[in-house]
Amino acid sequence: MPWTRQHLLTLEELSLTEIDQIHATAVAFKRTLSRSVKKVPALRGKTIVNLFLEPSTRTRMAFDMAAKRLSADVISLDGASSSTTKGETLRDTAENIQALQADMIVIRHAAAGSPLYLSRILDIPVINAGDGAHEHPTQGLLDTFTMKEHLGSLKGRKVVILGDILFSRVARSNIHALVKMGAAVTLVGPSTLVPQWFTDLGVSVSYDLRSALADAEVVMLLRIQHERQTSGHFPSIGEYTSMFGLNKTRASWLNPKAIIMHPGPINRGVEIDSELADGDRSVILEQVTNGIAVRMAVLYLCAGGQPELVMPTE
Amino acid sequence: MPNLWIQNARVIDPAAQRDARGDLFVSDGKLVPSLSAAAKKRAKKIDAAGLVACPGLVDIHVHFREPGQTHKENIGTGTRAAAAGGFTTVVCMPNTSPVADTAGTIQFINDAIRRDAVIKVLPTGCISVGMKGQALAPIGSLKRMGVVAITDDGECVQSNELMRRACEYAKMFDLPLMDHCQDASLTHGAVMNEGTVSTRLGLRGWPHAAEDIIVARDVILSEYTGAHIHLQHISSRYSVGIIRRAKQRGVKISAEATPHHIALTDESLATYDTNFKMNPPLRTEEDRLALIEGLRDGTLDCVSTDHAPHTDYEKDKEFDFAPNGILGMETSLPITLEILVRQNKFKLPFVIDLMTRRPADLMKLPAGTLADGAAADICLFDPNEKWLYDAKKGFSKSSNSPWSGQTLTGRVKTTIVDGRIVYDGKKIL
Repeated sequence: MPWTRQHLLTLEELSLTEIDQIHATAVAFKRTLSRSVKKVPALRGKTIVNLFLEPSTRTRMAFDMAAKRLSADVISLDGASSSTTKGETLRDTAENIQALQADMIVIRHAAAGSPLYLSRILDIPVINAGDGAHEHPTQGLLDTFTMKEHLGSLKGRKVVILGDILFSRVARSNIHALVKMGAAVTLVGPSTLVPQWFTDLGVSVSYDLRSALADAEVVMLLRIQHERQTSGHFPSIGEYTSMFGLNKTRASWLNPKAIIMHPGPINRGVEIDSELADGDRSVILEQVTNGIAVRMAVLYLCAGGQPELVMPTE
Repeated sequence: MPNLWIQNARVIDPAAQRDARGDLFVSDGKLVPSLSAAAKKRAKKIDAAGLVACPGLVDIHVHFREPGQTHKENIGTGTRAAAAGGFTTVVCMPNTSPVADTAGTIQFINDAIRRDAVIKVLPTGCISVGMKGQALAPIGSLKRMGVVAITDDGECVQSNELMRRACEYAKMFDLPLMDHCQDASLTHGAVMNEGTVSTRLGLRGWPHAAEDIIVARDVILSEYTGAHIHLQHISSRYSVGIIRRAKQRGVKISAEATPHHIALTDESLATYDTNFKMNPPLRTEEDRLALIEGLRDGTLDCVSTDHAPHTDYEKDKEFDFAPNGILGMETSLPITLEILVRQNKFKLPFVIDLMTRRPADLMKLPAGTLADGAAADICLFDPNEKWLYDAKKGFSKSSNSPWSGQTLTGRVKTTIVDGRIVYDGKKIL
């Protein structure tokens, strides 16, 4: 089946086939990352603008790296240096970027829905690099890619997402992808940060860490997002750690082969023990590396590439 | 001004329980039982066959943005949109710039009304100075300038103490209070209804509990002080229940529902279209149906639009950053007919009542009747005509409507104010 999407806005709207196509393309690109010459010419002559209107280190660097590996030219703009601080609207900023002949725009924005808004204004592909508490599709793709590398098919696999779900775009994108891939997803955290509404997305909600972690094959930890909190959703960081922080004892409840994931940035000693973050079961840095391959795949496909061209044997 | 002879209409006058085919006669701006044979000859005849003739519509909740926000709307454009929607009397909200919290500002608004309005507009004044919820506005002076109610619409008074004093003080002047029911401590940064849809969209939720708490507060304060509190744009099923029980006890409260809250739900927000962003937000199907039942059993007293114009460039933003509010004047009648009459089998005269006599009575306005001797404020509409609504071609200065581009059923053909035709179905005269 050919790839037809111009934009990557959400994982909610992707089909399982499309997710598989991105993953398969990422497998091919991942191989190129270990070569001595890492560049491929796929997007030579194209210009990609990274418009990051909210702080980011990992995602922005990974998009930057991915674009460069594809031989694209990259311009990165952040909130502080762009005209939005002078009162320019998002529409005007984006139309200017398009008028400057950019071929693609990658946007990170604090307001949910802004990538969709841009996709309606612009003719060039729009890639969502995180919109408010809505979605972070490339993170969901790289997380599920990493899970597949370790577990194979995710059908029926027990995945726990632990932490601040309410304000997490990473959780939402992972939920949509994992549900489509057939995983059994349980969300765990303080009830104020894990409202029951989430069950409508096809996942379970639990406030009992022990039973949720029992025999789980993946546990994904999410950072407590102080910056999105306007009122006290839990009493203190200390209480959070004592109730929901992942430590050695709690990790022992997991399936012995379970992997521990975190989209970063991690707060050592808060949501995860430092030792576990660095331990054998942690795949946190693999996630970062896979983030390049997955974003290469996304940029390549949305620029008009086809899955079969990079993976002739598959 | 010629006399008018409106012929062969279906005349609906809820106050007189009249619903029959017949004629209406207007002389000197007033409704009269008939005209002399000679006067009939000279009268301007309006063929109203197939049309409903009812009292001019009344909306007790509109924002005409004058003074200070006239890039969105002004009294001239707002009343033209109102006339095109069949309205002959509206009550405008005081959240202008500056807010209408002094006699001078009300005087300014009254001057603009005298100069520019094509229908009747009555101002409201603020409850609190600067709408800041801290000190009482000069309510007596506002009353003297002709305000028909006081309200901090858009900025619900959070202090129970201040609201209590406002109730007691306003009661002295027989002025109703209108309240936008929202406990602000529960809605920081909220842009839509809290629920499954907000969870999916990652938008911050406005729980209906924030409305319910203030509705309950207002019921308690109304009962305690005896003041009339009118609850604006009720959106929550739970609030409807509170109001129903309070009314059974005889508490002096009243309440309104908007066409958008009875027509739409938060599912409409799936594409982050800011023309569906308003405050209070669209809620769930369960809430929507409860509002309709509230209108049916009298728990909710009337339909009001909360007509809230914003320019294209203000609405054309990230959802979080766009202002709240949508147009209402030119779509209120067709949408209300669609939802209440066609979908929910309300009787047409009852729906006319919700849009004419009942809101007029709540604010003690001399409107909403076709009685002999009353001002000839009349709306003629075709309940079955289908038409394409294009907000950009409407009479408002703004075009922020969720219904723009849709085919609506029910169209105003003529609007008459004090016996003068101000809208003829195509243009403002």
